[in-house]
Amino acid sequence: MNSAQLGEKAKQMRRSIIKMLEKAGSGHPGGSLSSTDIVTCLFFNVMKHDPRNPKWPDRDRFHLSKGHCAPIIYSVLAESGYFPKEELNHLRKLGALLQGHPDVNIPGIDVASGSLGQGLSVALGMALAGKMDKKEYRVYCLLGDGEIQEGNIWEAAMACAHYKVDNICAVLDFNGFQIDGRVSDVMAIDPVVEKWKSFGWNVISIDGHDIEQILAAFAQARKIKGKPTIIIAKTIKGKDVSFMENVVDFHGRAPTKEEALIALKELANGE
Amino acid sequence: MASELLYQRDVYGKTLVELGKQDENIVVLDADLSGSTRTVLFAREFPERFFNFGIAEQNMMATAAGLASCGKKVFASTFAMFATGRAWDQVRNSICYSDMNVKIVATHAGITVGPDGATHQALEDIALMRVIPNMRVIVPCDGPQTRDAVIAAANIPGPVYVRLGRSKIATIENKGTFTFGKAEILTKGTDIAIFSCGIMTKIALDALALLSQEGISCSLINIHTIKPLDVLAVEESAKDKKGIIVCEEHSTTGGLGCAVSEVLSRLGMGVAMLRIGVRNKFGQSGDHDELLKKYNLSTEDIVTAAKKLLLKK
Repeated sequence: MNSAQLGEKAKQMRRSIIKMLEKAGSGHPGGSLSSTDIVTCLFFNVMKHDPRNPKWPDRDRFHLSKGHCAPIIYSVLAESGYFPKEELNHLRKLGALLQGHPDVNIPGIDVASGSLGQGLSVALGMALAGKMDKKEYRVYCLLGDGEIQEGNIWEAAMACAHYKVDNICAVLDFNGFQIDGRVSDVMAIDPVVEKWKSFGWNVISIDGHDIEQILAAFAQARKIKGKPTIIIAKTIKGKDVSFMENVVDFHGRAPTKEEALIALKELANGE
Repeated sequence: MASELLYQRDVYGKTLVELGKQDENIVVLDADLSGSTRTVLFAREFPERFFNFGIAEQNMMATAAGLASCGKKVFASTFAMFATGRAWDQVRNSICYSDMNVKIVATHAGITVGPDGATHQALEDIALMRVIPNMRVIVPCDGPQTRDAVIAAANIPGPVYVRLGRSKIATIENKGTFTFGKAEILTKGTDIAIFSCGIMTKIALDALALLSQEGISCSLINIHTIKPLDVLAVEESAKDKKGIIVCEEHSTTGGLGCAVSEVLSRLGMGVAMLRIGVRNKFGQSGDHDELLKKYNLSTEDIVTAAKKLLLKK
């Protein structure tokens, strides 16, 4: 898929996120919308994967460390054909395939996530296994900016550099908000770039909504040998839905029916 | 019935090497305690399959899940305190919820860690692991049984917790063949049934000898697998007894005693029960035997409990 197609696909994924959250009546739109462009680029351009064979040993791995942004991964998995799109209508309902946070019953999910701070370690395990087995696959891991307040993240950051896992590419969805407010007010994480650099990482800073920049960053990361890469993607929480952008309330609140209608209008094709 | 003194952790390290030779999928992780847990033996033999995570147990456990998701059979070791306490969320959410093939073999469990004192004496680990769905719990009673437990763990797909101690312990002879999930009836008696695990089995065996001199006849059941518990063995052994005693080097809350009483209450068996374990307390520094006495985990304490049960009748 080229950049223009990826842009359209991202818009479609955002519509899917709004629809499934409205039906679910709860969930996390803000961070799902801020990471939509990144995850769309991964699944429809960057990653080697096969929806008909979710356990293909040579597939690139994607681990959603910020598990509460399940709607974005569910959207791309359904769109790719890992499971029927019909499942999106039952998100967070009793007995449904799609749980509030991702689990391993869902085709395309390798390890559950939701308790924040563990995903980079999980990705490290996948990367080490790849190195041991002399596999070419790469491991992508999406982190939230609030999430990196967790100590486990920095244990993993240290270990990834120590073990020189250049087959890991983490992405920080740097949208600046967490559930209690601005990240800088709740618990400042800056200077983010310097922190990751000092932990031994190759750091690439981009606009996380610019498809060209996203693709270029993943391509650049692939060339870096001997150290892990993190892409610090500056994003907008609730991106492309006017009344959700940078509104902390939409970190963890689903749109009402009326709000969803407005959001879908804003996200309509050709706009 | 008891002879050779062995460190369970030495046996663990040697068994890992043995398994590593047979199965190249086995990967071993440690968190800066490989000399103490003896995973160093595996590290020396298979450096490319050993990873030290430094003093970062949470990272070790979640990384174990990632490795297992790619088909590795992972053994992760550190002290019981840190494996089950510090990294509990990672064990629950990244390992057990996804049913990952990770074996947590923790050493230095219980009060007999000794001089290091309360911060290092895990008295809650059986409870912490037993409560998590998908997790199995094995507490081997001596050196040879440690080998059996580690091999069994390697052959069970999914998460297993194996609890080992720090000190040398005597080998108990004639236990028969180890079967995961099946309790071992070491002695059959008529008055009292004693259930035990880990180092308490040898201590209970010594108590049994003293009690038999006084004409008190006891069954001794070594419950190496605490989860899944051998319900039938508990029922059969407790039936028709004047009372039962459960012995564990663990808090009396949440461990083997609780597991046994859950079975008895479910079956509606109103048998008198006394508990040998640490009662809602932290430990302290001291040597192995001093601590067992101080915290009422000694042979004498079991003898006293048995007599008390008979007086009640």
